Amino acid sequence: MLRFTGLANQDRRRRLEEALLPTLVALLVALVCGELLILAHGESPAEVYRELLQGTWGNAYGLGQVLFKATTLTFTGLAVGLGLRAGLFNIGAESQLAAGGFAAALTGLALPSGTPALAAIPVCLLAAILGGGLVGAVPGVLKAKFGAHEVIVTIMLNFVVLAALNWVVVAHLHVPESVHTPEIHAGGLAKLSRIFPSFHGSAANLSLVVALLTVIGTAFVLFRTRFGFDLRAVGLQPDAAEYGGVRPSRIYLLALTFSGALAGLGGINSVLGYHGYYEDGFAGGAGFLGIAVALVGRNDPFGIALAALFFATLSQGGLAIHALVPRQMMEVLQAIVIIAVAASVPEVRRILRLARRPRPTIDRSSTASTAADGPAGPQEPGVNVSAGHGGSR
Amino acid sequence: MNARSSLAVRMARVDKAFGPVLATKSASLEVQLGEIHALVGENGAGKSTLMRILGGLIAPDAGRVEVFGREVTGWTTRAAIQAGVGVVHQHFMLVRPLTVAENVVLGQEPKRFGLFDKAAARRAVAELIERTGLRVPVDRPVSELSVGGAQRVEILKTLYRGAKLLVLDEPTAVLSPVEVRELWGVLRSLQSGGATVVLITHKLDEVMEISSRVTVMRRGETIVSIATRETSPTELARAMVGRAVALASQQRQAEPVKQKGSALEVRDLLVAGARRARAVDSVSLTVAPGEILGVAGVEGNGQTELVEAIAGLRPASFGSIRLGGREVATFSVRERIAAGFSHIPEDRQRRGLVLDYSVAENLVLGLQERFCRHGILDRRAIAERARRLVAEFDIRPADAQAPARALSGGNQQKVVIAREMGRDFQVLLAAQPTRGVDVGAIEFIHGRLREARAAGKTILLVSADLNEVLALSDRIAVMYGGRLVALLPRAEATVEILGAQMTGAGRKEAA
Amino acid sequence: MSVVDLVAQVVRIATPYLLAAAGGVIAERSGVISLTLEGFMLGGAFTAALGTYFFHSLALGVLCGIAGGLLLAGIHAGASIRLRADQVVNGIAINLLAVGATRYFLRIAFDSASNSPRIAGFNESPGLVGLVENPLVWAGLLALPVAWLMLNRTAFGLRVRASGEHPEAARSVGVPVGRVQLWAVLWSGALAGLAGVYLALDQHQFSDQMTASRGYIALAAIIFGAWEPLRAGLACLLFAAAETLEIHLQGTSLVPPQVVEMIPYALTIIALAGVVRRVAPPAALGRAQE
Repeated sequence: MLRFTGLANQDRRRRLEEALLPTLVALLVALVCGELLILAHGESPAEVYRELLQGTWGNAYGLGQVLFKATTLTFTGLAVGLGLRAGLFNIGAESQLAAGGFAAALTGLALPSGTPALAAIPVCLLAAILGGGLVGAVPGVLKAKFGAHEVIVTIMLNFVVLAALNWVVVAHLHVPESVHTPEIHAGGLAKLSRIFPSFHGSAANLSLVVALLTVIGTAFVLFRTRFGFDLRAVGLQPDAAEYGGVRPSRIYLLALTFSGALAGLGGINSVLGYHGYYEDGFAGGAGFLGIAVALVGRNDPFGIALAALFFATLSQGGLAIHALVPRQMMEVLQAIVIIAVAASVPEVRRILRLARRPRPTIDRSSTASTAADGPAGPQEPGVNVSAGHGGSR
Repeated sequence: MNARSSLAVRMARVDKAFGPVLATKSASLEVQLGEIHALVGENGAGKSTLMRILGGLIAPDAGRVEVFGREVTGWTTRAAIQAGVGVVHQHFMLVRPLTVAENVVLGQEPKRFGLFDKAAARRAVAELIERTGLRVPVDRPVSELSVGGAQRVEILKTLYRGAKLLVLDEPTAVLSPVEVRELWGVLRSLQSGGATVVLITHKLDEVMEISSRVTVMRRGETIVSIATRETSPTELARAMVGRAVALASQQRQAEPVKQKGSALEVRDLLVAGARRARAVDSVSLTVAPGEILGVAGVEGNGQTELVEAIAGLRPASFGSIRLGGREVATFSVRERIAAGFSHIPEDRQRRGLVLDYSVAENLVLGLQERFCRHGILDRRAIAERARRLVAEFDIRPADAQAPARALSGGNQQKVVIAREMGRDFQVLLAAQPTRGVDVGAIEFIHGRLREARAAGKTILLVSADLNEVLALSDRIAVMYGGRLVALLPRAEATVEILGAQMTGAGRKEAA
Repeated sequence: MSVVDLVAQVVRIATPYLLAAAGGVIAERSGVISLTLEGFMLGGAFTAALGTYFFHSLALGVLCGIAGGLLLAGIHAGASIRLRADQVVNGIAINLLAVGATRYFLRIAFDSASNSPRIAGFNESPGLVGLVENPLVWAGLLALPVAWLMLNRTAFGLRVRASGEHPEAARSVGVPVGRVQLWAVLWSGALAGLAGVYLALDQHQFSDQMTASRGYIALAAIIFGAWEPLRAGLACLLFAAAETLEIHLQGTSLVPPQVVEMIPYALTIIALAGVVRRVAPPAALGRAQE
């Protein structure tokens, strides 16, 4: 039994490898693709990358913009990640984000202009949570009650919700000659530049703090509470969770609702923190990019925050390098990163497992892989019809 | 040369290892052309592995395989099909929305002008049905067929591909008695048409009835091969088990500690299964405190459904379940746990453990409520409990943070046992509690069950291992076809009686 | 405005839906989620504009458009079938890639952030005549019946259905499931590319994100049509008819245009909830193949 010592450590290392390696492989692929694209333009990759870093992390304004973009992506990434922890794919973050922002704006507009910020902000945040949660609850109910495919429902719902919001704003709430609501009187979040003047001009605001708290809160719920225990169990093994007294359909409903709420809360970044009003189309793809953020962040709240910074850097970096190469190159690069990560996860994992296997067995067909699980795999049902040695003597 | 050429299959000294475990050890099998050959053995004796090698699904590590006189060691599935080997798997490989004809021709579709010739496909399948007597409606989607019908489609699939050697893996496990009769008819007519059949089974009455020759496997080795008429079920059963030493747990049962009254009472329970409308068919039973009621039976006769219905994991269509006189049939899983149920599920890897959770987390699965305060997990209490149970149940490695996945089968089962028995409970549902674990762990688990019995707990033990049922139970019930067909005190139970009942042979004797 | 004109308008709007749905229904039935139709279509529209502009040939433009759809489909199939990437994640990435790449090359080829220069098209004649003269309209009308034939009257179709329902069973009788899915996805790429060609040639230019969710409407039609080609075709026509109606109601403020915009998606969600009759996707849809 000695060989088992340090099993937990061994396993932790293994998991870390499986989590990080595909991402590293993908980043390498993206880096090479980026270099090729830059070379095709006749520019020097080193110079472009230097420019990219300089324009993002190299100055306070750039950094502020990165933080601003990362804030929204953190929320949508957390939304997708939470769903995936429960084994569900929420690709409705885009409309949930918009609905949250809209609800926050509506609440801010409804509050009397003299409302103190300390009262107005929590109310607006709550409205954002409810707005996103409501949109998330729809696929949740349909999944729990009818078993409807949440992927399809959330895709379709995106269009329904965005069209509905567009209608309300354009038909009833907009400021003439624009597609946004009037300015909110109460509940605005201060820009970071109020505290750190060097961020002047950038959109970064106190939503960043809310995002950080949400990251910590989500991690706490996922890993330290009974609800998180139940949710992850359903995502990993629904049958075992059910055996442990958890009703999977209840978790499906709650997980999708909370997922929507997380995305909805992200709406405050643009609405309360930057513009001060709801503008049609402000989500601008951040919901979809949240899928990539969750993927690269491996569904871990802190990983998601880092991945959000990474994607925000790419997107802000596009602007920084526009003098040298078209900024659209960064959009291409983002897509390549996602494809590379998605494609390398199963493959790298397979190679890692192969490398670890003590003695390779010869697989003749695909079905052989189940056999290769050996005695730990599904067992042959049957009976031990036995003679003799029982108590009959 | 003559003897050789009359062989359909000749497998010689075949070895196959999965990791450190030898699934077959120098196994040999000879099947004569045109015979129905039964291959019998306990769980994990290596029967399926041997047949998978024959069907080209896996390659052997050593040994030689000949089919119809040709050396084919390590061939592919495709080559096996081309050579006329047809395997009917235990789990059907059918596309449910497609029709019978479409399923049969899939992969070898008749074509006309480049298009799929549906008419020709229907004709070919109808002819095949006519010729073999495997009656199924050609145009019906497979989803609308009975289990027996689906199985006939599987056999048709192999015959359409020109199978001359048919391998059937546990074909009767899911069939009704009438369907079993029909299957025997079909196999006999195929045999008279020149086909060779290899039948994997556990049911010795079937072996006696249908096969002309039988090979017994035990622990990866082929023990004996003999003409069926020269042997008896008793002799075969001994060959299958053949243990030289009795397990320590098979000592004499302790004195009864059974108390008055009943802790668990099930009345007229009716449960629908995935494949049968009445997987559990009007079952009634009572178990008293301090008693172990053992339910013996060939798997697939409703035991799984019975246990899951009592545990709340599967809805009962009818009947009552009482715990200490209190009706619990409408309770959720969580409520039943709170009411005093413990449950060792038969499939620890699917049901009993979240494999990616740590041992400590798995030790509170189902007890989350008790290990949290205001919804927040009490990590100290969880760690404390893990420390205690890991030591008490000797779970190795003694590392509560290791994921359950990393443990051996025996230690995984100890985690389940520790969780379910390391707390206060009234009724324990123990399904296949020692499946796939080593001898040491078996003894440990049996000891635990005995202690619980001595402490006045109520235990419903379901096991396919007759030794285990005999060693532990105060009373023994036999389940067959969803019903309890026998219920007798331990003292009156013998392997012969139980074996007959659970293989369906008891019916004739009783009649 | 005559009924004929109304019908012509419905057909004109429906054509890209019909083409994309005809490809998508095959891919979905083979088990691959078709949320990539939007990206394939956008790619096809761009390469069609590119080809038509630089080769001064409609025929070459059409071929380029198909090639554009095929290229993206090839990337999608390579990643999600060969390398077993998650279909949904990869599909979203393909759509992002299509938007990004078309913008990037729009910049490089035409030095514009919004649209290409004017290109030729089929519909030089106005109204109904232009429609009848456009071969892509005919292709659209035929596409779903052809898809039906493919699914139900060819060996390939049988294999497609088997792969989407029970890939293990298909594999056990020697059907190369991965290859079947590869062809199905390529087919959907070619047809969605053709839908893009139609758009570019109809509007005589490529413009940024010109597909405007038409690929998703095609997907909605497939689902609303319960994964049956002919029903999906009817759904395409229904959605197009609703849009036509909306155009004619504009200015009357009877129904807000956004409500009409929602119709395809809302109907699809209702269908999935089983309000009328439960529609179930192919059993193995979206499942990664081992």
